Amino acid sequence: MNSFKKNLLKKRYNAERRFQWYGKIAIGLALSFLAVFMFQIFSKGYSAFQKTWIVTEVHYDKELLLIDAESPSKDDLENADYYDVAYKAMTSLDPGLPEEEDRQLIQMVSYKYEAEVKDLLLKNPDYLGKIVPIKLTASDDVDQVHKGNYPRDIPEENRRVNDYQLQIYDMLNERGDILLEFNISFFTSPDSREAELAGIASSFMGTVFSILVCLAFSFPVAVLAAIYLEEFAPKNKFTDFIEVNINNLAAVPSIVFGLLGLGVLLAVFNLPRSTPLVGGITLSLMTLPTIIIAARASLKAVPPSIREAALAMGASNMQTTMHHTVPLSMPGTLSGTIIGLAQALGETAPLILIGMVAFVNTIPGTPVDPAASLPVQIYIWSESAERGFVEKVSACIMVLLAFLILMNLTAQIVRHKFEKKWS
Amino acid sequence: MNLILVTFIILLAFTSYYFGRKKALVIQSSQRLTALPKFYGYYLAAWCAAPALIIFALWSVFEPSIVKTFILQDYTDQNLTKNELQLIYTKVKALAAGTYTGNITNFLDESANKYIQLKGIANSAKVAIILAILIFSLSFAYRSVQKNDRMREPVEIFLKWVLFVASLGAVLVTIGIVFSLLFEAIRFFQAVKIFDFIFGTHWYPAKTFVRDGQPDPELMKDAFGAVPLFAGTFFIAFIAMCVAIPIGLLSGIYLSEYAGRGIRKYAKPIIEILAGIPTVVYGFFAALTVGPFVKEIGNAMGLEVSAESALAAGAVMGVMIIPFISSLSDDVMTAVPQNLRDGSYAMGATKSETVKKVIFPAALPGIVGSILLAVSRAVGETMIVVMASGLAANLTMNPLESTSTITAQIVVILIGDQQFGDPKTQSAFALGISLFIVTLFLNVIALSVVKKYREKYE
Repeated sequence: MNSFKKNLLKKRYNAERRFQWYGKIAIGLALSFLAVFMFQIFSKGYSAFQKTWIVTEVHYDKELLLIDAESPSKDDLENADYYDVAYKAMTSLDPGLPEEEDRQLIQMVSYKYEAEVKDLLLKNPDYLGKIVPIKLTASDDVDQVHKGNYPRDIPEENRRVNDYQLQIYDMLNERGDILLEFNISFFTSPDSREAELAGIASSFMGTVFSILVCLAFSFPVAVLAAIYLEEFAPKNKFTDFIEVNINNLAAVPSIVFGLLGLGVLLAVFNLPRSTPLVGGITLSLMTLPTIIIAARASLKAVPPSIREAALAMGASNMQTTMHHTVPLSMPGTLSGTIIGLAQALGETAPLILIGMVAFVNTIPGTPVDPAASLPVQIYIWSESAERGFVEKVSACIMVLLAFLILMNLTAQIVRHKFEKKWS
Repeated sequence: MNLILVTFIILLAFTSYYFGRKKALVIQSSQRLTALPKFYGYYLAAWCAAPALIIFALWSVFEPSIVKTFILQDYTDQNLTKNELQLIYTKVKALAAGTYTGNITNFLDESANKYIQLKGIANSAKVAIILAILIFSLSFAYRSVQKNDRMREPVEIFLKWVLFVASLGAVLVTIGIVFSLLFEAIRFFQAVKIFDFIFGTHWYPAKTFVRDGQPDPELMKDAFGAVPLFAGTFFIAFIAMCVAIPIGLLSGIYLSEYAGRGIRKYAKPIIEILAGIPTVVYGFFAALTVGPFVKEIGNAMGLEVSAESALAAGAVMGVMIIPFISSLSDDVMTAVPQNLRDGSYAMGATKSETVKKVIFPAALPGIVGSILLAVSRAVGETMIVVMASGLAANLTMNPLESTSTITAQIVVILIGDQQFGDPKTQSAFALGISLFIVTLFLNVIALSVVKKYREKYE
């Protein structure tokens, strides 16, 4: 009997230990998902912050540039013909190459290499007639080869970089004429069909504009609504209905808001398609309940003694609310707002529906210019087959995550630094 | 034009604020004020801005449709359908704006001229009416100020109304959602029988694409059967829950019952990061890493696996949903009163027995609520499915094949240019309303379950 009891106890303790382990494993799994995820993104994406350049020499030959004037003006340089100069700069890498094969060399740099040759001369007019070294943006295939993301040992016909190009690449690499530098253009240039030229400037501005529009629409309405519901609303069926409504609205899938934006903002109000204005309004409808709920919670957290003191001094209800309750609740409201905006920042589906997936190769200057947004840019790039875009997507994700972390940190700081502790 | 008008009204409101306040200070020199001077300013400013802006908003809403009726009056005798009339009106507007490229008939030209004329009349009428209202309301308000009426109450009542109107905003959004979805969905159900939509088993909206002309009703009948989408949606949500419920629930239990304060303090927010990552990022991860990984494992086991399998999308979605379940169930279990635990320990139960037999049943309503919320979240999730699962609507229960969901099809249909009035576009709204109903249903149940539970212990 005694040993039976002992066994039972042992069994129960074992069950206890097992159960505890299940919990630990579950948490470990959740954390390791996060870790794997972050590792994948970072290991794939960090190389996008570097850009490969091919260094060659360019001869700014006046004759080839078709410049006649003795001391050419800025306009002359602007209108000169750079085709031959740029072409020579590339083909000089391998003078022995027959002319009909020269495409192989040209393909090693981005298709904008002619513009780069031009820009260098425009910046340094005294280079005219001289032979100077120049950095040209490498094509995304060469870029991927240089970063080691591209297997070299697969058969040539399956490779986007052929044997000849690899040979030239190796030669240049040995000479130190392949440079890897910080990729500024990733942050300053708009989207492009070519991976080596594509940047996030257009989608970044699109995101900034949409978030500002979203803030401008949702914050005032949400705060006012929260004040009414928390401080003034009589307790009746209608205010109950509003409350239930807000709670349900907070859980409506985001894509439904996209349909709303499409069916009402675009079809009825005829607002311009694909613009951050429409995107921002759509997102603001989505953020509205989030901010209302946060604002109500922080209004509720202001102790009644504050209100009673104000009322005792003869303030009206409105004065009590506007002078005391609302300012005291602001830190909580603001941090709730920032969290709501951070949610809106990551939304993709509603923006796709209102047309913010259009290919935009200009940087939008106002909220009514067509634009993409960072998450949509991730979607667009990840649908693209070119290999160079994989690292761009990961880098774009890193920028987006950095943005989100920044916003959430700000929310935390606002909450902890400015919120009064009542106790 | 509109911008100038609004700016003018707002500037006038600011000026009247200063004017009213100054007036109050003047009054103060001879008699006692009935309110603080600034309320005189607010009073004037409110009377200045509110009526004018309300009229302006109403006018802007109704003007286009009135102008449209006037223009289309000329076409009533031609027996045109609604769509054709709409087309004509678009042409007239484009012609008036000078962006029309096409052959211009006399009739069209006449209409365009009429349109420009009407617009001109409407604009001047708008300005005149608003100016009149401004003068009227300002003079009325100014008389009250002069008489030194009580100023604070009306201002506060006005503010209260502003607050009330703002709180209607959320209701308006809901109404907007319901109506915009219903409006298009009803038109869709005029073309496609609702029965065919709910019980049909073939979803090929691309089949109905016919350039110039109405699609064949026979084709339509077989193209919009939403059963594969409903099945796919719940199938993927089911896979997600298979991942999320065990992990989420066990983490929640561990966090609330076992973890020390230190672990809880750090582990909980870190797990919640999973919920904060944008879904498009998960989609990319699922498509690029998990999908091929699942395929490789499946192939190694000799199974046929699609690169865009439901399993990959569902599993990643499940990871996303873990924190919803873990945090909420942690909260409800922490809220279970300590004396229930103490009672159980006093009877000699171990911690895990207490959790299983006492705390879990006590917290069950809240946990069910959190799971329902998570399901609703999984049903409404879009980007993961769009990017990682297939876009072809297969009716399958094999997690290794690709399926599609309601949300993914909405995106597929509406990406790019949409043609309103096309049954394909309208079908997206019909899908939207079914999604809305399903998630609303889940939320209402979840919220009421959670609420009921809360009342029990407070």
